[in-house]
Amino acid sequence: MSEAGPTSAEPHGTGRAMTRGKLLATGATGALAAYGLTASGAAARGMLSRAVLADTVTLASYEENAGIPALAADTKLFTKATGIDVKTHTFAHGPFQEQINSYLQGHPDDVFTWFAGYRMQFFAAKGLATPIDDVWKILTPQMPPAFKAASTGLDGHQYFVPNKNYPWAVYYRKSLWKEKGYTAPRTWAQFVALAKKMQNDGLTPIAFTDKDGWPPMGWFDIINMRINGYDYHVRLMAGKQSWDSPQVKAVFNKWRELFPYYSEGTLGLTWQDGAAQLENKQAGMFLLGGFLTGAMKPANAKDVDFFPFPVVNPRWGQDSIDAPIDGYMISKSPKNLAGAKKLVGFLGTAPAIDAYLKINSGNLGSNRRTNTAKYSPLQKKEAKLIAATKHIAQYMDRDTRPDFASTVMIPSLQSFISDQGSNIPKLVQSIEKQKKAIFGT
Amino acid sequence: MAGDIATSARVDGARRRKRAVRLSTGDRIAMTVMVGVPVLLTGALIWFPTISSIGLSFTNWDGIGGLHTIQWTGTTNYRQIATIYPPFWPAFRHNLFWLGALAFVGTPLGMFLAYQLDKQIRGSRFYQSIFYIPVVIAPAIIGLISELILSPQQGLISSLFADPRHGHVIDWLGDPSRSLWAVLVLACWRHASYVMIIYLAGLKALDPTLREAAAIDGASGTRTYFRVVLPALKPINIVLVVITVIEALRAFDIVYIINRGRNGLELLSVLITGNIIGEASRIGYGSAIAVVLLTISLVPIVIFVWNSFQEVPES
Repeated sequence: MSEAGPTSAEPHGTGRAMTRGKLLATGATGALAAYGLTASGAAARGMLSRAVLADTVTLASYEENAGIPALAADTKLFTKATGIDVKTHTFAHGPFQEQINSYLQGHPDDVFTWFAGYRMQFFAAKGLATPIDDVWKILTPQMPPAFKAASTGLDGHQYFVPNKNYPWAVYYRKSLWKEKGYTAPRTWAQFVALAKKMQNDGLTPIAFTDKDGWPPMGWFDIINMRINGYDYHVRLMAGKQSWDSPQVKAVFNKWRELFPYYSEGTLGLTWQDGAAQLENKQAGMFLLGGFLTGAMKPANAKDVDFFPFPVVNPRWGQDSIDAPIDGYMISKSPKNLAGAKKLVGFLGTAPAIDAYLKINSGNLGSNRRTNTAKYSPLQKKEAKLIAATKHIAQYMDRDTRPDFASTVMIPSLQSFISDQGSNIPKLVQSIEKQKKAIFGT
Repeated sequence: MAGDIATSARVDGARRRKRAVRLSTGDRIAMTVMVGVPVLLTGALIWFPTISSIGLSFTNWDGIGGLHTIQWTGTTNYRQIATIYPPFWPAFRHNLFWLGALAFVGTPLGMFLAYQLDKQIRGSRFYQSIFYIPVVIAPAIIGLISELILSPQQGLISSLFADPRHGHVIDWLGDPSRSLWAVLVLACWRHASYVMIIYLAGLKALDPTLREAAAIDGASGTRTYFRVVLPALKPINIVLVVITVIEALRAFDIVYIINRGRNGLELLSVLITGNIIGEASRIGYGSAIAVVLLTISLVPIVIFVWNSFQEVPES
């Protein structure tokens, strides 16, 4: 699944941690003011003294690489401001996801890192998470509406606090494009023409990898949203539309046009292989999440730019993208509910996100008040893209049932690639039959 | 004659009774523990999971919430697995291929190596260590080695015989028509070394006079092997058959490391894991596949057990 979490490491970031900590402590007070936790605010709620608050919240984290010190910086700020200790348990990313069912039913930590959208709603509907509407009373004005929607369960309550996200777009190396005189395509026809030109120049036009199983989901998502629109996409993902339909066939037929321009040996390549193809100027373009720069040398990462996926159906233009949101949830019956709510509320504030992004760059802050001055030019452009896009999808494996995504869609998309899209009617029939069996409709 | 038997049975019974009486409390406790603990362990670790899996295979359950959330669905899972679940039949076939490859390539190769090493050629210990390495290496590491050799972008084969820098690759892992063969080579490599060490032990234990006698009678090396050595090693041969079948049915780690057992590398064991473990949690569905695997496993097990019991009177 999209365990391809951002892996960027900022090697020169840790040295200044102390001074940064001091600086941020002042920022944190501001954040807590916004959250109603200042001394006077607490006093008004019945003289909650520091001594009463001096307890512990447990936090389960699947952060990797630079994400670990980044989250630690946040929890340190939180403890400094509230006196509540945070005990963080860091799990390996992949296994944490795979064991989430039994984990949440066992003795989970109070707060845990998770994904927005359907994947959050699934566990919320199963009663394995605590609603946090009161936290959102404070966060609502600070978060884009799309983020609030992605944090809301099927019952209308909020269960999730967004921390960061990244867009899916077509990435390329500026220097290569400048040298060859390529320009970003706006329409499908221009996109195909560009790919053809790159092929003539001896490049692999589009890096495309699928050993991991999940990367082609991004292609399906974006082509579907471009052809059939966001609402259709969401209904399809929720199991409410038939896969054996002219609309879905149109998506696969359009997608098939790109096969001649894809990397050779797609099904044996990992996304890191694709990133390497782009980095080595062997491939011209690569559709992936913004985390791909984390797999490159910093100097090369600075040379990366992107364009949003081209228009296919003018009716929808470029009004939707995948931009998966990561964040925090509270488990079903936390030992310290009050503390857990304070913690997730704090983690969603701008100062917390600023502190986080300073160490784990390569992501975008969810909070509107995030300090964007520190963003790289690429991040600024990514943030602009997300802000300008009307509909934000969460990625197929977060927008649909996990069992459908992993046991049906991964093998189906792999067979679509291995037989080069030669049997689309049979493919969509098979997907639809399995979908009915899983969704029970 | 009949009376004789009856008398001897009576005597036997009396002897047995006498012996039973002589058991001290300590003996009895020891016996209870020695029988009871294995029975409890077998019950808890083998029979309980097996029977629950069979029960769950007729249900639909996502593993969340209490047992009351389990829905009874009859044979739906089995029907769906056989009809609309595309990876199932490939997985079934691949397990059979796996068995065939181990039985006809891996095992004979291991026996051949053992036979050669047994000849006391120079440096046989060195060869023995080399051949035995794959068993010592964890399967997960074999998966990683496969990556280094077979990966289209960075692998040795692709780099030597194609041009990955310019996008031309030899794809031994992603091409579903080839990946299984590449993996079977690895599996046979590992299996052969396993077989070799067991068979070598058997050959070493073989009475050398048998071979000398054959040589004196003028039998050729091949003839000696097939007419004398092979039959004399029957117990080891049975062990090898059992090991080969077990290894083929429980094959899992190499394909799981390579690509989680998808896209041409499906195996029943991987489908079980993929459905039950992870966010998917189709407990009933995965259990049904597990029951299919259990049924297949029962065939060699029954044959083996049948054979072992048949041999009791002979010995």
